[in-house]
Amino acid sequence: MTVSILKQGNYLIASVQSALTDTEVIELRDALLAQVAKHRSRGVIVDVAAVDIIDSFAARSLTTVARTNRLRGAKTVIVGIQPEVAVAMSQFGLRLDSAYIALDLEAGIQLLTA
Amino acid sequence: MSEEVRVPIESDADTVIARQAGRDVALRLGFTRTDATFIATAISEIARNITVHAGAGEMIVRELNEDGRTGLAVIARDEGPGISDVAAVMRQDYRSNAGLGMGIWGAMRLMDEIDIKSSPGEGTTVTMKKWCGFDEVAAFLDH
Repeated sequence: MTVSILKQGNYLIASVQSALTDTEVIELRDALLAQVAKHRSRGVIVDVAAVDIIDSFAARSLTTVARTNRLRGAKTVIVGIQPEVAVAMSQFGLRLDSAYIALDLEAGIQLLTA
Repeated sequence: MSEEVRVPIESDADTVIARQAGRDVALRLGFTRTDATFIATAISEIARNITVHAGAGEMIVRELNEDGRTGLAVIARDEGPGISDVAAVMRQDYRSNAGLGMGIWGAMRLMDEIDIKSSPGEGTTVTMKKWCGFDEVAAFLDH
């Protein structure tokens, strides 16, 4: 999978390395949910800076992660959404409900550790 | 010679190839990075309709030159079960969090023109167009 998930203290950091197929989006979703449960994480950062698009399927999958984590008391922070991707999501009407959003990894870590 | 790229769609990996091809052609034709991302996102939605509902099909990305303006057409074809009520899809009656409607709905907002030809058992052809320099937000608000 073109995603690496690192454990950093009470948090997880998932970095998406390239464009994802729908199958890989599902694998990412399931891996994040499993890892958050296994490590009893307080939060997870998903860095999507290398992602080419966020369409309805990717948005729904990330929202599922965020909603599920919230019910576990864990925060989900999406970081690195590219400006063009943000404009396309806005025009489409896609939202990432239940997720926190931060500009980049550094801001995401600040948000979780504040 | 005008540009044309054909991508067979048989799996979700082909969807990524198609949306990257659409982005590449768009950038070569002079579209902004934002417009190229709109096009790639619309291609992803429509390609998913092919893999989920028809199993396989084809996408064609084609340069357009009409009335002195440059554009890009995406033609998505499949021989799947087809759509019985295309008008309802276009009216967004089908809009839901999953399935056909959401993808078409997104593509309608991201592209300048969209046309669907389909009937049960006859497959589906979706043709989407976007024009260079066209303000899609203003056009949408004008609808």
